[in-house]
Order: sequence, then C-alpha cells, then structure tokens
Amino acid sequence: MKKIIMSLMFLAGVAAMGQNKNAKASLEVDGVCMMCKDRIEKACIKTKGVKSAIWNVDTHELKLIYDERKTNLDSIQKNIVAVGHDTQEMTASEEAYNTVHACCRYRDEEVKSDHQN
Amino acid sequence: MKYLIYFLMFPVFAFSQQEVKGMVLEANNENKHIPLAGANVYWLNTSIGAVTDIDGAFVVPYETSYTQLVISYVGYKTDTLTITEPKIIRHWLQPTSELEQVTVTSRKQATSKLYLQAENTMLVSSDELLKAACCNLSESFETNPSIDVNFADAISGTRQIKMLGLTSPYILIAMENIPTVRGASQAYGLSFTPGTWVESIQITKGAGSVVNGYESIAGQINAELQKPTKDDKLFVNLYGATSERIELNTHFNVKLSDKLSTGLYLHGNSHNKKHDVNDDVFLDMPLYKQINVMNRWQYTDAEKGIVSFFNFRYLDDQKQTGQLEFDPERDKLTTNAWGSEIDTRRFDFSGKLGYVNPELPWRSMGLQFAVSNHQQDSYFGMRIYDIEQNSIYSNLIYNSIIGDSRHKIKTGVSFTYDYYDELVESTEYARVDNSVGAFFEYNFDNLEKLNLTAGLRVDQHNRLGFFVTPRVHVRYTPWEKSAFRASFGRGKRSANIFAENQNLFASSRQIQILNSDGSIYGLDPEIAWNYGVSYLQGFNLFGRKADVTLDFYRTDFENQVVVDFENPQMATFSNLEGDSYANSFQAEVNYNIHEHVDLRFAYKYYDVQTQYQTGKKERPLTPKHRLFANAGFETHRRTHGAQWKFDVTYNWLGKQRFAATSSNPLVYQLSDYTPTVGTLNAQVTKVFSTKFEVYLGGENITNVRQGNPILAADDPFGPYFDSTFVYGPIFGSMYYAGLRFRIQ
Repeated sequence: MKKIIMSLMFLAGVAAMGQNKNAKASLEVDGVCMMCKDRIEKACIKTKGVKSAIWNVDTHELKLIYDERKTNLDSIQKNIVAVGHDTQEMTASEEAYNTVHACCRYRDEEVKSDHQN
Repeated sequence: MKYLIYFLMFPVFAFSQQEVKGMVLEANNENKHIPLAGANVYWLNTSIGAVTDIDGAFVVPYETSYTQLVISYVGYKTDTLTITEPKIIRHWLQPTSELEQVTVTSRKQATSKLYLQAENTMLVSSDELLKAACCNLSESFETNPSIDVNFADAISGTRQIKMLGLTSPYILIAMENIPTVRGASQAYGLSFTPGTWVESIQITKGAGSVVNGYESIAGQINAELQKPTKDDKLFVNLYGATSERIELNTHFNVKLSDKLSTGLYLHGNSHNKKHDVNDDVFLDMPLYKQINVMNRWQYTDAEKGIVSFFNFRYLDDQKQTGQLEFDPERDKLTTNAWGSEIDTRRFDFSGKLGYVNPELPWRSMGLQFAVSNHQQDSYFGMRIYDIEQNSIYSNLIYNSIIGDSRHKIKTGVSFTYDYYDELVESTEYARVDNSVGAFFEYNFDNLEKLNLTAGLRVDQHNRLGFFVTPRVHVRYTPWEKSAFRASFGRGKRSANIFAENQNLFASSRQIQILNSDGSIYGLDPEIAWNYGVSYLQGFNLFGRKADVTLDFYRTDFENQVVVDFENPQMATFSNLEGDSYANSFQAEVNYNIHEHVDLRFAYKYYDVQTQYQTGKKERPLTPKHRLFANAGFETHRRTHGAQWKFDVTYNWLGKQRFAATSSNPLVYQLSDYTPTVGTLNAQVTKVFSTKFEVYLGGENITNVRQGNPILAADDPFGPYFDSTFVYGPIFGSMYYAGLRFRIQ
C-alpha cells in the first residue's frame, strides 16, 4: 500500500513537472522597435495558454510564462512567425514578413542601422 | 550507522545538485550567435564564480543565500541578474559603445490624459503643481479645468473644490489610495497636505474603482506623495506673499540601506497680518499658523518582491478670524466682538505592504491600513463646534489574471471604523460607524481597441445597512489617438452634515434637521448614480500635438441630504423629496502651439438642480457657464538646466444664483444672481540650475473683488448676519515670491 501511495505521489510529481501550469521560457526573437515589441507580445498573448510575454528591444529576449497543458513553445513560435518575426528556431515566411510596418523591417540593414541609436 | 552516513551525506548531495548553468552571448542587432568566452560569472559579494568557456557556457554552484549573479566582460556592460532558484539561463551582454551616449529626452506634458485606461483619468505631475506655486493641496487645482475651486465662506478662507458641479464630500479624496479627506476633515482637510509633499495627482471623473470604497459619487482624486527613494536628498522651499503669508517646506531623505529609506518632511506656515481692504471691519483672510510633520519609511526588496511604506504624521493647525478688534483672550464667546477660532490637531499613522510574486509578475497582494485621530475645537461667534474622529481603515487587495494577462482581476476585503464625537452649540452627537466589505474587479484589455473594467462590491455597514455597489468603465478606440469612454456607477455615503457645512456656523441661521427617523442625525444615507460619456481625440495641427476632450456626466440622486438656505434665517437639512441632479458638460482643448508653448482652453456648462422646500431650484453659487484658459511658455533648457518658465491662467465664471434673501430688510437683500467674475493668475520661474530656482507670481492680478461678502457685517450678532454668500475673491490681488533649493 505504502509503495502504491509512494509511486502515485511520484507519478503525480512527474506529471506536474511535465505539465507545468506556469512554465517559463526565454527565446530569441528578431525585431527592432517598440512597434515590433507590441506585435510580438500580442502574438504570444493571443496564443491560448500564454499568460505573460515580455520582449526586450535591446536583447531580443522574449520571456514567456505559459501553461504547458494548453500550449508549447512550438505553437507560440508559429504565431510569432505568422506576424512576421523570426525566432531562433523558425523563420517567418516572406509573405508574413512583408506585413510588418516598413520601419520594422528588421532584416533590412538600413532599417537596423536606423534603430542603432 | 549506514543511515547516519546517508543522513550526513544528504545535504551534500542536495547541494551538489544545485547549480546555475548558462551561456553568455553578445547582444547584437544582427542577432548573430556570438558566445563570449572568458566572461566572469560570480555571485555578488562572494568569491564563488566561474569563467565562461569557448562556447560561452558556464556552471556555478547555487545556494539559497545567493541571489545576485554578476556577469561581466571587458568591453561590455556588467549585468546583475536576480536568481532565486537553480536554473539554466541565457544572457546577452550589451557592448559598451565607444561613442559617448546621446540621451534624447522629450518634454513631458505636465498634465496628461491617459488614452488606454478604461477610466477617464488625468495625471497631474509635480511640474503642473509648480506652475501655481501652490501651498497646499486645496490650491493645487488652479491650473486644472476639471476641478473648480472657490471660497466656502467669507470668514474661514477655506477653499472648496467641486467636480461635475458637486462639492468635495461627493468626491473621494485619497492619499496614496487611502481615503483621507473625509468625515471630520472634510471642510479643511485639503489644506492639511502641503503642495511640496505631493508627487502627482490622479483625477478620475465619474464613479471610480470599487477597490477604494463605495463613497465616491462625482469622482476620485488621488494624491501620490513624494517617495524617499525618488525625492531629493534635501529640498527647501521658501515662500512669502504680499499678504505677509510665509511658508517653509523642507524635505530630508536618507537611504539607510539597499532596501530601507526614510524621509522627514516638515512644513510650517503662518500669516499674522490683519487685512481689511473692503472696510467691513472683518478680516479678509484668517490669521493662521500650521505645523505639519511627516516621517516616511520605504522598504523595497526587489528579489523577494516586497514594497512597503509607513507614514507617521502630525498636524497642528490654528486659525483665527472675525472682526478686526476681536481678541480671543478677551472676547471669546462674548458679544464684545464677533470672532472665530478653529484649532485642529491630527495624528495619522498609515502603511502599505505590497508583495509581488517575483516568479509570476502578475500575482500580487497589497495591504493598506491607516489609523488616525482628528480633533477640531472651534467656535464661530457664539456657536461652539467641536468634533473628534478616530478612524481605522484597512484594505487588502489581491491581483491576478484569469488565463492570460489580458484578463486581470482585483479582489479583496476592506474594513473601516469611525468614531465621531461632536458638540454642536449645546447638543452632543456621538456615533460609531463601521463597515466590512468585499470587492471584485475584472479588467479586460484586448490590447488594441477595447478596455473594460467592471467592479462590484458588497458592504455591510452598521448604519447604511447591506448594499451592493456596481461600477463599470469602458474605453473603445475606433481609430488612432481616440478614446470613447462610458461609465456608470453607484455611490452611497452618510453625510456628516455639520462637518461638511461648517460655513453655516458663521451666520445667524438657525439650524434645523427636518426628518428624524433616519440613522445619521435622523437622516437617511445619500445614494446617487453617476453616468458619463467622454470622447478624447489627439491630432496634429500644423505639425504640433493637440487634443480635444468632450465629456458629459450626469449624477442622479436617489436620496440626498438637502441643505436648504432659501430662508435667510434658517439652514435646514432634510432628505430629498423630489428631484436632484447635476448635469455637467466640458469641452477642453490642449495645443502645443510651439515647441515651448502649451495652450489649454476649456468651457464648462453646469445644470445642477435640487428640489428645495420652496421648489426645484438651481444649486446656489454654482455658475452655469465657466471658461478657462491657460498658457505656459518655457525657454530652451541651457547647461545645468537653466531656463525661464512663464504661466498664465484665466478663469471666468458666469452669473451664479444667490439663495433667496427677499424676506430680509431691504438693506440686507441681495440680487437674484451674482455678477460675472474673471480672475487672472500668473507666475514666472527662473531656474538657475537643477539645484536652485526662484519664482514670482501674482494671484488675481486684475484686482477683482466682491465688495460686500458678509451680509450684515455691521450687526454680526443680529438676525441677518451671514458670510455664506461668497462668489469671488475678497482680498483683491496678491503677489508672492519664493525659492526652491534641492540637492539630489
């Protein structure tokens, strides 16, 4: 009996570990400005299960908190590339990239240097 | 034995498993993967650390006592990370640019409209407050068209504020979200907060948030005080006016440790000169002195997510007013001469304790509490009025989200206790009010066009009974830089009839309370609904920023304590029978016409009607039409911040209805309406450096005066004496100068 309880508790623990309600992740997402920030964060928040998304303009780091039972990093990244932003693992389609505002064309060297200061 | 070894070994095993692994990379705009080899990674204030390898990777041991991980590398900015658990991190270091950094600052608007919030809120910064060198909170709304400031009577010098055509008891006035100007301090409370202590003010029109209570009807005003961590180390403000009013403010702020800071705020003011420009043998403004001391403590622990404030305040305020020859030692409560003294002592202790979950930034808890003792001893001619109030206030708020950060919730419980002891002439009134309440507020923000706040609270009050307070605010943005807002809400309150209408003591009016079966002075509580719509549009005019706001609010009283002054020998209090409402329309334009020039115009229309015993009438001394204009000009900032600042405000009030005086003898009768009044204030500030500035200003420069503010001033103990008919300035123009010195 004791063993059963122990193993159940262990399994429950594993289950909880595998299905974290407040899983955290940090991703690299490309972008240049506050408009990009807005777009990236909105794309994440609108993914079911994402609770908080904060993107840093300087470091390009996206901090996520999400419910692993409802979503995963893969689907979040899909939604980010869908609005035109590249992540460390996925690249946005040319079509999606073209929907971003002209001043947010982060793949363009000129736009990038405009945002240097 | 084996077990003992295991037991001894256990912490070691546990310890060895605890480590922080990670990778250090260069932050670059190309988003290239550039690992930094040889970067230093170590725990702050320890010798425990590591150096990154060729892939930028590192491993450092972790212990719960370690919280700050420092990452440094030559040619890069050093970063300190807060680590609260063993985990894997990836960190990008910023290269330090070789060129000198250029910081671009844009000039912030001193008063800003919040576009994204559901509530119709204006944020007034300390820059705006400096425009009128205001001495206390009641004088700090001179440059704001949403709040009307007028004199309550011709005796006490008290300024009364109005919003949406309703007087301050209908506005919830809070200090850092703790309701402060209420109950016994209703009449003079705004003058008990020195202007320099105020960091910013938020003005919300219409029913506010349910989090702060059920009392607000016309709106909420919240003043944030200076924070010891942000305020200057030393601040001195000296002010002197031609009326011989002198004020001194000093702030001292000390950082005691990384987490703990304290500030000592001292304020003193005095006015000892007797003025009588209108020759009615009454002082135009009271003689007074005030000492006000506050000690603030701020404790912030970012890692643990704890923020807290503790304030101790003591106030001693003394006013003397009345006839020129009145000497309190000799003439107090006699008919030798008419005089009045109002002495207030107040002790406050308040605190805030906030906890933000460092792991889940949306989850936080806050506890606000305040304990105060307020004692006012006063007499007005032959009438004695003493009031003491002991109060306890507490509010526990929990913030979180439902699902994701678009759905925010606030919920909590509050408790208030008020003990009142009043002596009105020879009648003693004492009562205890207490209430427990719970609230829930939901906010939905779709991050684009829509933002909605819906709140509900339930309260159980020993006199008001059990009741529900709903409040809803919505903002919708159909196109760029616009905000349509709508709100509705209910408010309920018990009127402190004497404390709120102290001006009537400075008259010969007989006081009568007409109903006698209610629970507060025999009256029923006041209940009102407030509805509002507003439209804000920002735009560019000739390449410069401008915005227009139009709003309309209506307050409908379901029940009200009607103060009837229509019989000049009486002041009656009764429950509303019939109709009472206040309609308010405001149109405001702000235009930044030139890089350094801001203009603001406003027009206001009020229709405030109440059912009196003699019929439905316009609320006395409330102008139907008001105009407001303000212009601010600042020269370009030179080195060390040197510049000139100019500010001018013009206020025009249309005719206002006088309460009836037709039953008085002819000499003591007034016309039905007041004449119109226009006043002009201006101020010039010369900033020498970020440390030192001087200012010079004038109030009511055109010297407009109400000739005869006190009715029957020649017979103050007779039946017609009345100082409540005030519609304009009494003293005439007044000039002032002052200086500000600060060490940051």
